[in-house]
Amino acid sequence: MAARPRTNASGRSVFAGTGRGALYLVLIAAAALQVLPLVWLLFFSLKNSQEVFSMPAFALPKRLRWENYENVWSQGNIERYFVNSVWITAASVALTVLLASFVTFALTRMRWKLRPAVLGLFMIGMMIPVHSTLIPLFILFQKLGLIDNQANLILSYTAFNLPITIMILLGFYMALPREIEEAAVMDGCGVNRMFLRIVLPMTGSVMVTAAIINMIYNWNEFIFVNTFISSDKLKTLTVGVQNFVGQYMSDWGAIGATLMISILPILIVFFLLSNRIVEGIAAGSVKG
Amino acid sequence: MEKVMSNKRVIALYVLPSLLLLLGIVYVPIVLTGYYGLNDWDGIGKMTFIGLDNYARLLKDGVFWSSAGHSLLFALLSAVFLALYMAVALVLSGRIKGAQLLRKIYLIPMLLSSVAIAQLWLKIYHPTNGILNGLLESLGVEDTPDWLADPSIVLGALFVPILWQYAGFYILIYYAALKNIPASLTEAARIDGANSRQVALRIKLPLVREVVKVTIVLAVVGSLKYFDLIYVMTDGGPNQASEVMASYMYHKAFREFDYGYGSAIGFFLLLVCLVATWIIRRLTATKDPIQYS
Repeated sequence: MAARPRTNASGRSVFAGTGRGALYLVLIAAAALQVLPLVWLLFFSLKNSQEVFSMPAFALPKRLRWENYENVWSQGNIERYFVNSVWITAASVALTVLLASFVTFALTRMRWKLRPAVLGLFMIGMMIPVHSTLIPLFILFQKLGLIDNQANLILSYTAFNLPITIMILLGFYMALPREIEEAAVMDGCGVNRMFLRIVLPMTGSVMVTAAIINMIYNWNEFIFVNTFISSDKLKTLTVGVQNFVGQYMSDWGAIGATLMISILPILIVFFLLSNRIVEGIAAGSVKG
Repeated sequence: MEKVMSNKRVIALYVLPSLLLLLGIVYVPIVLTGYYGLNDWDGIGKMTFIGLDNYARLLKDGVFWSSAGHSLLFALLSAVFLALYMAVALVLSGRIKGAQLLRKIYLIPMLLSSVAIAQLWLKIYHPTNGILNGLLESLGVEDTPDWLADPSIVLGALFVPILWQYAGFYILIYYAALKNIPASLTEAARIDGANSRQVALRIKLPLVREVVKVTIVLAVVGSLKYFDLIYVMTDGGPNQASEVMASYMYHKAFREFDYGYGSAIGFFLLLVCLVATWIIRRLTATKDPIQYS
């Protein structure tokens, strides 16, 4: 393909006039398709079963049944799953961002021979499907006595998210001016002090971006919890929701409330920090 | 300066904890998966080395091939749909009001867990109370399908939520890449008399070629290893009509405790992902990558 413009006699701007209006309609319809299923979810989470079955899909009952939320929170074990998700996500995010910061500093600011090789290992790590590691990890955690122990989740999340976190941090670290280190060294500052006191605080904003991306991945993670955790009280929301729905098959209101609770933290982060999310996804632009 | 910044002890201290974690949890298991795949093993008893027998079995296993076929179908379809996402991104990156808001709205499903998405779509597809069949009934369709129980349509029914989930992600990446193109290049073309469509196809598209390559790899490899949503929605059913490579591996290993065979499938999955990446890179290789800065 040549990057050369070619004049085309019939070439009329596709954005002109009525075309533009139609395009808008298509774009807005697409946005509606993305959001409507979630609106429907919110609506049926506020109905009881009878209302779900008898009322139109996009109508709300006279009395919103918020008790669905109360019920699943206290009776359905959802509170326990929620707390587990929060602390496992928080611990993994903190560990990952901290470890990745150390590595990224060494990779971008320090001089050593194996640097390209180590960077390569981390970047290739991003391509490895978690499913291909599942059986040996299961056996490994069993041998270490870590099966059915939330520590195995934190270790796995950290290991698998280090590559993308390093990738997000990398660009920012590379753009830091060399003068910072030079000045610090002149002042007789050691590397540790320089990193922890000067460089790390400067990377606050990119750390937040990396943390948000990590938070989304960890909060949503399913297959590790499903495989490595067997006790109900240790499970996180993704797997807990799955179990819960299996038990309350026909109670749509309860299922809707459970699903809403499980996605609410992510939606809140999205509404508050959507720019950071967009930035992080563009910088990491990997994983699915 | 030089000496301080190449202090070996500090480098080891900074890098080794992460590197060991990566090796222990990502790389060593990959090697072990390869090794387990050469054994007959139920995970508890003694391992028996059987060489390539598991792979010979794989070659003759019809269910495995249909699973691999489904994964491949998802991969191809996902790659084809990238063209649509690019079209949307091209439109959004033109001077359109509300583009920022729209691309953020498109992104929402991608942020949610596959499990929540799967549960939601189970409800959407619900044969009697789901909104889809409700809509069809209100349009006068009498024989509404049971979307996830009918082997002939289940794959299509599963692919729709996958599209719904990932569309915004690709649109976002394309949009970011298109916005990165220096305005001077597109302005120059306009001055030379090019219209919007020509600018899009002849100037913008070639300039984001590298990003397109990355997204093709992402879409294909992501689809090849797709698991969560299918596991929750159909568990590979009905009658393995929607089984994919990862779900088949999971069933063999963690339901039938056939760890050796499961590992062989897992290792095969890894190889397929790596080979697919390599092939796509070869097919899309260009001799003179366009530089702009």
